[in-house]
Amino acid sequence: MARWSMVIDLDRCTGCQACVVACQVENNVPPAGADQAAAGRTISWMRLAPFQNGEHGTRPDLKLVPIPCMHCDHPPCIKVCPVKATQIGEEGLVAQVYPRCIGCRYCTTACPYTVRQFNWRRPEWPQPMERGLSPDVSVRPRGVVEKCSFCHHRLQRAKDKVSAENRPLREGDYVPACVESCPAEAMVFGDLDDPRSNVTRLSQSPRAFRLLEELGTEPKVIYLSKGEWGGEV
Amino acid sequence: MEKFDLGEDARLLGPIRKTGRGFWLFAGSMLAIGLWGLFAWSTQLRNGLSVTGLNVPVYWGLYITNFVFFIGISHAGTLISAILRLANAEWRRSITRAAEVITVLVLFFGMGCVILDLGRPDRVLNVLKHGNFTSPLLWDVCAVTAYLTASTIYLFLPLIPDIAILRDHMPERRWFYRILAIGWTGTARQQKILNRAIAGMAVIVIPIAVSVHTVVSWVFAMTVQPMWHSTIFGPYFVVGAIFSGIAAIIIAMAIIRKAYHLEEYLKQIHFSNLALLLLVFTLLWFYFTFAEFLTTYYGAEPTHMSVFLSKTEGKFAPLFWTMVVTCFVIPFTLLANSRTRNTVWGCVVASISIEIGMWLERLLIVVPSLSNPRLPLTATTYFPSWVEWSMFAAFVSIFMLLYGLFTKLFPVVSIWEIREGREHSVKEVTERVESYLPGGEDGHDA
Repeated sequence: MARWSMVIDLDRCTGCQACVVACQVENNVPPAGADQAAAGRTISWMRLAPFQNGEHGTRPDLKLVPIPCMHCDHPPCIKVCPVKATQIGEEGLVAQVYPRCIGCRYCTTACPYTVRQFNWRRPEWPQPMERGLSPDVSVRPRGVVEKCSFCHHRLQRAKDKVSAENRPLREGDYVPACVESCPAEAMVFGDLDDPRSNVTRLSQSPRAFRLLEELGTEPKVIYLSKGEWGGEV
Repeated sequence: MEKFDLGEDARLLGPIRKTGRGFWLFAGSMLAIGLWGLFAWSTQLRNGLSVTGLNVPVYWGLYITNFVFFIGISHAGTLISAILRLANAEWRRSITRAAEVITVLVLFFGMGCVILDLGRPDRVLNVLKHGNFTSPLLWDVCAVTAYLTASTIYLFLPLIPDIAILRDHMPERRWFYRILAIGWTGTARQQKILNRAIAGMAVIVIPIAVSVHTVVSWVFAMTVQPMWHSTIFGPYFVVGAIFSGIAAIIIAMAIIRKAYHLEEYLKQIHFSNLALLLLVFTLLWFYFTFAEFLTTYYGAEPTHMSVFLSKTEGKFAPLFWTMVVTCFVIPFTLLANSRTRNTVWGCVVASISIEIGMWLERLLIVVPSLSNPRLPLTATTYFPSWVEWSMFAAFVSIFMLLYGLFTKLFPVVSIWEIREGREHSVKEVTERVESYLPGGEDGHDA
């Protein structure tokens, strides 16, 4: 069984936000609009968080860190959901069941990475964007929680494809939109249980670290960076 | 049972027999605020939670604060009443009912706050259909349901003899009271069963009450969020709940005493005794708060410190220090001083101050931890919207309206328990005290 994982190389990342835009389009994430954005209610499954590296007063080293859902192996969000509307699948993907979610937002407060998003109102797209919505991803109703799915629909599509071609799933068959869009090739996606996969190799790099590792959530998003600041995040 | 003479206690039926213009004015204005709340709620139902001031990352705000606050107030009645009954505190007789009604009514508003906070209130039954028992919210559902059931029974049992009195003295509403009196005639056997049932419920209700607020605290403490993830939260919340609960009883008693001229029943001694209890809880509150904050400060973990500092010197500092003054400085000064403690106004001012402070405490638990996420995030300051404030006002008003209506249907001071005190307890207490002394008969050796 695969264990899907994402590696983000911060030494390559230019902070261009291509991943943010690609995710928005791929997953039918609605634009918040000016008034909602001002009220602090934008929805983004992938955000860039500004981290400052090094001591104050020395040469500032600001890094913009792309943060999707960590798809933790021990997700704090799943335990607290009162209606089992968020679950972890066999392949380690943390999924949200939109038709069941009651919108209590316990998961959003329990997630230490603040990657879970809430639909404050009915999603709307300015014309003609509505015609460009992806048919593979359901549009979420008002009042439910949503979050990065590692483009789970692409896994479905890849599985359909390889079964039609009568072959096993190979590295590169299933890649989320953000990874695909990265012009700096700073993101790698693959199976952490496959000893020969790129993500497994990179996860063993001395540059590898995970966010808030000390909380024991065991995230499957792995970062690479030369700096020593990994530990202090 | 033949209609017996109520004697001077007949005045306890006064509020039920006669309703003046004052009450209708009060009820009308409470209803008006309630209707305004209905309008605010319909706005929220139409537009979703975007009409609140909530945002990313402050996903919880006024509604959850009020949930914790109202459930806290609910500890007023049942718990205090049960403890006083079990302790044979004779002065309880005229205050238990006024306290118990608070519990039963306010629990509905506590639960209402959670439903109000849901993005999809239409799916609330999913909690029963797909309940996930690893979620503290589900523990809450169970604990609050158990508490509501137990405290409703505990309110109803001691009401039965009084309902029978109403059935015999109020011919115009006889049909209503006859159903509720469930055949009470006051025989010795009935009385014995009732006393046993009340005593049994008093024992059952205490652990349930403690569990309720412990579980409410666990909604926060079970997460890993800074300044929520604390082992002290269970007892801290229970102490805070009883603290705000006693204050609520004192305020309710003062209003009842004034509105219905019950100075003979709700005496200064009742206020002063409760005030002593309140003083103990003022000190306990300070102790818990101090322990919690010192531990955080001394450990000085950066993520915890960012929440800590936002409370003590950051943007929440004005609210935090108001909380310290209203939860500790004002009540301690008034209650530790016998000259102010032994006046009704002294107790009432201290109690109002505590309610303000405890509400702020709940707000300062919910909002600052969410406002300081572990990873960098562009955060907007949370300020509750008019919808949230309106719902708060409406809940408080409808609670007061229902409480007022209760006093118009049932005696808010237990008639039969006062009679029992007058007819039996004086002798019993004398005998009890004698048994404590040398030469007295030791009931427990037998």
